[in-house]
Amino acid sequence: MQKKISKIPFKGTPEQEAQLKAVIEECKDDKSRLMHVMQKAQDIYGYLPYEVQVMIAEGMDVPLEKVYGVSTFYAQFALAPKGKYNVSVCLGTACYVKGSQSVLDRICSELGIEEGECTEDGKFSIEACRCIGACGLAPVFTVNGEVYGKVTPDDVPGILAKYKNAED
Amino acid sequence: MYRAHVLVCGGTGCTSSHSPEIIDALNEELKAKGLENEVQVVRTGCFGLCSNGPIMIVYPEGCFYSQVKVEDVPEIVEEHLLKGRIVKRLLYSETLTQEEIKPLNQTNFYKKQRRVALRNCGVIDPENIEEYIAVDGYQALAKCLTELTPEDVIKIVSDSGLRGRGGGGFPTGRKWSFTAANKADQKYVVCNADEGDPGAFMDRSVLEGDPHCIIEAMAICGYATGATEGYVYVRAEYPIAVKRLEKAIEDAKAYGLLGKNIFDSGFDFDLHVRLGAGAFVCGEETALMTSIEGNRGEPRPRPPYPAVSGLFAKPTTENNVETFANIPQIVLNGPEFFNTIGTETSKGTKVFALGGKINNTGLVEIPMGTTLREIVEDIGGGIPNGRKFKAAQTGGPSGGCIPEKFLDTPMDYDSLLKIGAMVGSGGLIIMDDTSCMVDIAKFFLKFTVDESCGKCTPCRVGTRRLLEILEKITDGKGTMEDLDTMEALCYYIKDNSLCGLGQTAPNPVLSSYRHFKEEYIAHVRDKKCPAGVCKNLVQITIDPEKCKGCSACSRKCPVGAISGKIKEPFVIDQSKCIKCGVCIETCRFDAISRK
Repeated sequence: MQKKISKIPFKGTPEQEAQLKAVIEECKDDKSRLMHVMQKAQDIYGYLPYEVQVMIAEGMDVPLEKVYGVSTFYAQFALAPKGKYNVSVCLGTACYVKGSQSVLDRICSELGIEEGECTEDGKFSIEACRCIGACGLAPVFTVNGEVYGKVTPDDVPGILAKYKNAED
Repeated sequence: MYRAHVLVCGGTGCTSSHSPEIIDALNEELKAKGLENEVQVVRTGCFGLCSNGPIMIVYPEGCFYSQVKVEDVPEIVEEHLLKGRIVKRLLYSETLTQEEIKPLNQTNFYKKQRRVALRNCGVIDPENIEEYIAVDGYQALAKCLTELTPEDVIKIVSDSGLRGRGGGGFPTGRKWSFTAANKADQKYVVCNADEGDPGAFMDRSVLEGDPHCIIEAMAICGYATGATEGYVYVRAEYPIAVKRLEKAIEDAKAYGLLGKNIFDSGFDFDLHVRLGAGAFVCGEETALMTSIEGNRGEPRPRPPYPAVSGLFAKPTTENNVETFANIPQIVLNGPEFFNTIGTETSKGTKVFALGGKINNTGLVEIPMGTTLREIVEDIGGGIPNGRKFKAAQTGGPSGGCIPEKFLDTPMDYDSLLKIGAMVGSGGLIIMDDTSCMVDIAKFFLKFTVDESCGKCTPCRVGTRRLLEILEKITDGKGTMEDLDTMEALCYYIKDNSLCGLGQTAPNPVLSSYRHFKEEYIAHVRDKKCPAGVCKNLVQITIDPEKCKGCSACSRKCPVGAISGKIKEPFVIDQSKCIKCGVCIETCRFDAISRK
């Protein structure tokens, strides 16, 4: 899978760096916990920019190429920041058979961006995900983890409007 | 003592439709009515009938309330729990006959099921270790450590006939004996909870609904094979399962059921949880171990097999969640308990995740050998909207499809292999006549192309070339030669790929080509998609006879392809149309169709 790499300049805070350092400190003696550290780093920063990968490589004493290799191998690791509201459409089999592709298409056309992109104002991003296990509710999509089940393309504008109109 | 128990499903499906809020509302309402010491609310694992969630069962009556909303809670508390009057409008429709209320196990959905792996799901509170102990939990482990030798345990598992439930179907007892036979200073037990097959969620449900049973089974496996450490590799996409498993491990440690010198027997066993990060290939056993070690999850060539050199190059036994879930029951009740269920070569039960175009979507556990027809028509309640069954896809991206003429095939390892499908992990997606088989094959192949790790060429390049052929066919540019190339390429990929992912990736193409050849030919020769799915092969047209000229469609069309005068028939500009179908959904006169 090709990953989109962000060109947005890195803006990390000292607090975030301190949090990451604490995680690395706890795990650095066990190299098999590299993925755990990267997962925590993504929780802290929202994605894994180059600068964070360098910190992890140095802290864990593993080559940067290995960190980069792992980050590009697993779908969960994002190299680009996500929008304030991340819309994730399930394209698992059960949802696909029930028409989740047309739901995804509608979300893309409503927001004017493609899958894997973020709107210019940084408010929305769209991703297609694998089965989240809510097959009984198919087709489903989530907005920042909030699940919307049994949706049709026509439900999309109404659901997105809630977030579009939300106070910043 | 409580006089009534309210069980509310806390599985992912019901949680998504707000069961946690229902539990909070129940507790508040009970408190307001002063019933908190009389009625206990229990958050359980999955009941299985996910399409009717959120689900609530009230005991002692055993009332099955379905599709409960937060707003319904005051009525349930006031009427049922306070006054003893059942709220009939919320009962699952099938349990309400005339004036009588049918028990749950008499409904079509549950009648033919037999629950072994899922026996505690929807029954106990998964976050309470004492509830697990109350239903004979950790007794199997105690029996192993105090009465049985490791050889005895392996013999029981072998005699039970249990085979791997993750897809491979390898005899579990034999797998354990291989690891047990190898001498090493350290051995490992690994539980594969990287349920990657999109549309299968039985492993998640077991972890969410009965996490202690996996811990117990892994400890038993450790005792039998001589391992003192175990890893559970679970998908990060399953946050509820991860949380409950971690709590269960902590509790088991606190109760001395994990750790040093368990039951004073001198046996030590410790358990760790590792999270996956979204890579389908990590469901392959060697790739999973590579990933636990903190690397890119690429598979390794076998031999050496994991029983010789697995995790951290030590002898390792790896089993799937559902396989482990059967172990405590087998040890406790003896091999006959298990090998008297099922068929000659496939013993016991299997959990299937029923999804797609079927009325009762959810999780079902049936004796091996139950026919597909029983699953679809009786348990599943048939196809919605009066449509016709077309095919069932088993085993996800590695499996194959079963057409209508094989509806009476028994669901077991060998019968399914014979017709070009497989039990696989147990995903069972039902398709009706509006699904295009070529499109479904393309869907699965897109998945494997995305998920191919890239280590070996037949899989990395082969699956992509195969996808390109399928895209050509669904675009209406395919030739008859393409079909031959497609088939040859399928066999090449199967024969030459390194791991299970590549070796099984062409299965959806091969089996749909085998059973639905005429549909492929229609795409290629007639440039038609009989199901009307492949966008480049269909046209959307307005029937001038039926069109009233209301302009509703043209206002909805996202690309402005529909034009006309009010009160006169409208027309679609085919060069602009993107075939999204919004106009069809909009038209109130049924004048627009896809052909």
